[in-house]
Amino acid sequence: MKFGVIVFPGSNCDHDAWFAVNRNLGHPAEYIWHDSPTLGGVDAVILPGGFAYGDYLRCGAIAKFSPVMAAVRKFAAEGGPVLGICNGFQILVEAGLLPGALIRNRNLKFICREVRLRTETLDSPFTSAAERGQILRMPIAHGEGCYIADERTLDELAAEDRVAFRYVENPNGSMRDIAAILNGRRNVLGLMPHPERATEPLMGSSDGLVVFRSLVMAFQPTAA
Amino acid sequence: MSTLAITPDLVAQHQLAESEYRKIVSILGREPSYTELGIFSVMWSEHCSYKSSRLHLKKLPTRGKLVVQGPGENAGIVDVGGGYVIAFKIESHNHPSFIEPFQGAATGVGGILRDIFTMGARPIAVLDSLRFGPLDDPQAGPRNRRILQGVVAGIAHYGNCFGVPTVGGECVFEPCYNGNPLVNVFALGVAKKEDIFYARAAGIGNPVIYVGAKTGRDGIHGASMASAEFTEESKQKRPNVQVGDPFLEKLLLEACLEAMQTGAIVGIQDMGAAGLTCSTCEMGSRGGTGIEIELDLVPQRETGMTPYEIMLSESQERMLLVAAKGREDEVFQVFRKWGLDAVTIGQVTADGLLRVRQHGEVVAEIPNRELADEAPLYDRPHSAPPCRPLAPSPAHEPVSPQAALTTLLASGDICSKRYIWEQYDYQVRTNTLAGPGADAAIVRIKENGVSIAMSLDGNSRYGYLSPREGAMLAVAESCRNLATVGAQPVAATNCLNFGNPERPEIMGQLVAAIEGLGEACRFFDTPITGGNVSLYNETLGEGIWPTPVIGIVGLMPTAAPVTRDFKAPGRSIILLGGLGDCDEMRFGGTQYAKVILKELWGLPPALDMDYEKRVHAAMREIVAAGLAESAHDLSDGGLAVAAAECCLGGVGAALHFESDLSPEFLLFHEGPSRILISTANPDSVAELAARHAVEAPRVGITMNSALAIRNRDATLVIAKIDSLNAIYEGSLANQLRS
Repeated sequence: MKFGVIVFPGSNCDHDAWFAVNRNLGHPAEYIWHDSPTLGGVDAVILPGGFAYGDYLRCGAIAKFSPVMAAVRKFAAEGGPVLGICNGFQILVEAGLLPGALIRNRNLKFICREVRLRTETLDSPFTSAAERGQILRMPIAHGEGCYIADERTLDELAAEDRVAFRYVENPNGSMRDIAAILNGRRNVLGLMPHPERATEPLMGSSDGLVVFRSLVMAFQPTAA
Repeated sequence: MSTLAITPDLVAQHQLAESEYRKIVSILGREPSYTELGIFSVMWSEHCSYKSSRLHLKKLPTRGKLVVQGPGENAGIVDVGGGYVIAFKIESHNHPSFIEPFQGAATGVGGILRDIFTMGARPIAVLDSLRFGPLDDPQAGPRNRRILQGVVAGIAHYGNCFGVPTVGGECVFEPCYNGNPLVNVFALGVAKKEDIFYARAAGIGNPVIYVGAKTGRDGIHGASMASAEFTEESKQKRPNVQVGDPFLEKLLLEACLEAMQTGAIVGIQDMGAAGLTCSTCEMGSRGGTGIEIELDLVPQRETGMTPYEIMLSESQERMLLVAAKGREDEVFQVFRKWGLDAVTIGQVTADGLLRVRQHGEVVAEIPNRELADEAPLYDRPHSAPPCRPLAPSPAHEPVSPQAALTTLLASGDICSKRYIWEQYDYQVRTNTLAGPGADAAIVRIKENGVSIAMSLDGNSRYGYLSPREGAMLAVAESCRNLATVGAQPVAATNCLNFGNPERPEIMGQLVAAIEGLGEACRFFDTPITGGNVSLYNETLGEGIWPTPVIGIVGLMPTAAPVTRDFKAPGRSIILLGGLGDCDEMRFGGTQYAKVILKELWGLPPALDMDYEKRVHAAMREIVAAGLAESAHDLSDGGLAVAAAECCLGGVGAALHFESDLSPEFLLFHEGPSRILISTANPDSVAELAARHAVEAPRVGITMNSALAIRNRDATLVIAKIDSLNAIYEGSLANQLRS
C-alpha cells in the first residue's frame, strides 16, 4: 500500500510521517509537494503536522487554497483515505472536509505531552485494528488544538459515531474531550495527537501504529 | 564617498576608543567615511571581535581526534562515525531578551539555528540555559515573571514552528540577574561528512548571492548594543531588537540544504550580528579574497535606506553565499521553489578588499582581513578575584531535614520546570530518546545507530565563590550527566557570561574561569570547538555573577536510555562515588545555604577530577552492562534532593546511613562525583566500581510510595511520594501566578 505525505513549505512532521510509514509500518511512502495538482497514484494521503504556510493567520487558512488541496478534495470525494495529523487536522477543518474548528488551547500555551486516548469507534478504516475502548498513548504538540463546534454538530458527530478518539484527560479544553473526528463517509480522519510519534518502543509508545495498521487492513490493494 | 564629518563625538557614539579610531585611519591610510566607521564599529565591537577575551580564549583546548572543525567557523564539527558529523554551538542573546523578551529569545534561537545549517547540517536539537531574577523579588518580581514568560514563549514560538525539538536545558534564579537575564541557546545538527560547508569566499569572479528575507532598518547596531552596559535609556533601544520569522527560517533551511546538494555552492554564511557587513568581510577574510557588492541589488523592505543602514541592518533570516560562476541558475531555481528572494549582489575579487557600492559609487572600501581579524586585542588589566569570607556559616535556627527537603523541592532552581518545557515541542523529528527533565538529553541519529547526549551546566553561585573552581565544577557536572546516561563525552562548547571587562575584578573572573574551563576540558578530553562570550552584562553598574555555561556532547549507541525514576520496589540502591565529604567552608555555595539559610559564603564543593573521571568510567560500564535500572547524578540540593527526584515516578526508597556527618551535610552537601543507582545486581555493580577504585556503598532499597531516610537511629525524612510530587510539580506555576 502506497502512502503519500503532503509537504507544505512549513510542514515539519513530514519526515516523521514518512519514517513511521516507511520504516516502522513497512510500507512505501512518498512526498507530494504542495503545488502539485495530482497525488500520483497513492492509496492513502497523510497531511502531516507543522505550520503549513507559517500559520500567522488562522492555522490552515492559507493551506486550504493550495493546489494540492484540490487534489486531496477530489481524492476524498472518491473515497480515498485521508489522514490529517495536528496541522493536517487544522487544514482539513479549514478546507471544510471536517466540521468544527480548532482554536487556541484553553491555557493559551503550546502543549507538548503524552496523552491517553480512548478509542470511541472501531467502525472506521483508521481504528478497525484497535480493540473496543482501547486506551492508546501518544503525544500531542500543538498551540491550537481545542476542538469546538456548535451543539448540533457535536450531537451529530456523536449520533453518527464519528468521534474516533477522546482524551482520557482533556489537555486543551476540547469540547466533549474530542481528539479525533471522521467525516460522514468515514474516509477522512483528523486528529490532534501524533500517531507517527508513537510507532516504536524507542519513541516511548507504539500505540500509534494502530491507526496505520487499520488503514492497511482496510485499503491495501488485495492480492488475493 | 559620504562627506559627513567624522568628529570625536561620532567616534565615541560608535563605542570606538580613540586608539581604535587611529588604527582604522592607519589601515585605510585616510579618514573613514561614515559608512566605514559604522562597519568598523560593529566588526570591532566586543560581540563580534572578542577583543577583551581572545587573548585568554587561546588557552582553551580545541583539538581532539574526533574534532573536524574547531573555533573560527559558524559552529564546531565533530565526527560521530558511520560517515556522519555533528555541528553544534551555544550563543547568548542576553541583551535583546531583556529589552524585548519574546523576540529577543526567538531571534536568539533563529541565529544559532542558522549557524548550524549554514554548515550544511540539519538542526536536530536545541537546549537552553536560562537565568532570571527571582520570581518573588519584592521589587523586580513582576518584571522577572514577565521576562521568563516572554522568553519561554519566544523560544517555543521559534523552535516549534521551525521544527527542531527543544530537548533540555536549565533555568536558574538569582538576584544578580534582575536587570540582566541570560538566554543562552545551544543547537546541534547532523550532516554527512562530505557535505560540510564552510563560510569561505573562494574563486575570483564567482557571484556573491543574497538569499532570504529583505533588509530593513531593524537591529541596526545590535552587536554594539550587546557590547554595552544597560542604563535607564536602554529600554529605548527596542528598535535595535529584531523580529523573527520562524516560517521564513524553515524555508531558508530547506532551500539551503537543497541548494547545497546541487554542488553549485562554494561557500555560505548566515547574516547574524552585524548582518551584511560581517558575512561579507568574514567570508572574504577566510577565503583570502575580496568581495565587491552593489547595494542597489540588495532586496530592501524599506525605501531610502542609506549604505550605513543596509550594511549594519540585522534583519533576520538572511544568508550570503558564493556560487560557482555559471551555475547561479541551479541555485536560483531551488530558492524559487521555496519562494525565497535570491539575487546576485556582487562578486569575489582578488584584491582582498570589501568594496561596497551604491548607485555605482563606492561608499566603503576596507581590507577584509584587517576588518575581520585585526580588531584590536586587549590584555585588559585583571586582578585576582576577591576571596569570599571563609568564615563558618552564620548562626541560624535549626530546620528539620524534612522541612528543608520540601522547601528545597519547591525552590526555583530545583523544582520541576515542566511549566517551561511543555511549551516546547521536544519530540518533533522523532529522535528524542530522553527529553527535558532528564540528566542529559539524548537524540538519536537515525542513519547510523549513534545517539548524541547533551547537557548544559553552569553554577553562578560556585562561580561567584571561585570563578576557576566554578568553571571546573560545571565541566565535571556536564560530563557526569553524560556518564549517568552511559555516554562518552567528546567535545564541548561554552558561553561565557560576565560583567564589564573594563573593570579589573570582572576581567579577573573571566580569566580565572577560562583557565578553569581549559584545565577541566583538557582533563576530561572535551575540546571546546566554539562558543560565545557575552560581556557587559551589567545594569546600572551592577554586574552579574560569573556565569560560564558549558555544553558538552557525548556519544552512545542508540538504545532505550537509563532514566532517573526508580522502576520497581525491592531493588538495591547504590551511591556510586560514595557519600563524599563536606565542611563548613565547602557548604556555603549549596542550595541549602541559599534557600534555607539565605546566605552565601566560603568556597564551592571540592572537586577531585581524577576521582570524578573514574566515577564516570565506572558508570558508563554499569550502563553498558545493563546493570542500572535507574540512575541520577547528585547536584543541586545534594543527596536528599536527588533521592526524592528518583522517587517522583511513584516508586519510593528507604535509605539508611551510618555517617558522622551532621544531617544538613549528609543530606544536602553538593560534593561532586556521585550518582544514585538502582539495580537488581548490586554485587556486579560493586565489582565494577571496585575495578575503578570507586566507592559504591549500598545505601538502601526501593519500596512502594514513600521516601524514608535514616542516619543511624535517627529518622531524618519520611514523606509520601504523592506529596513530594505535588510540591515539586506545582511550584513554578504557583510562583508565576502570584
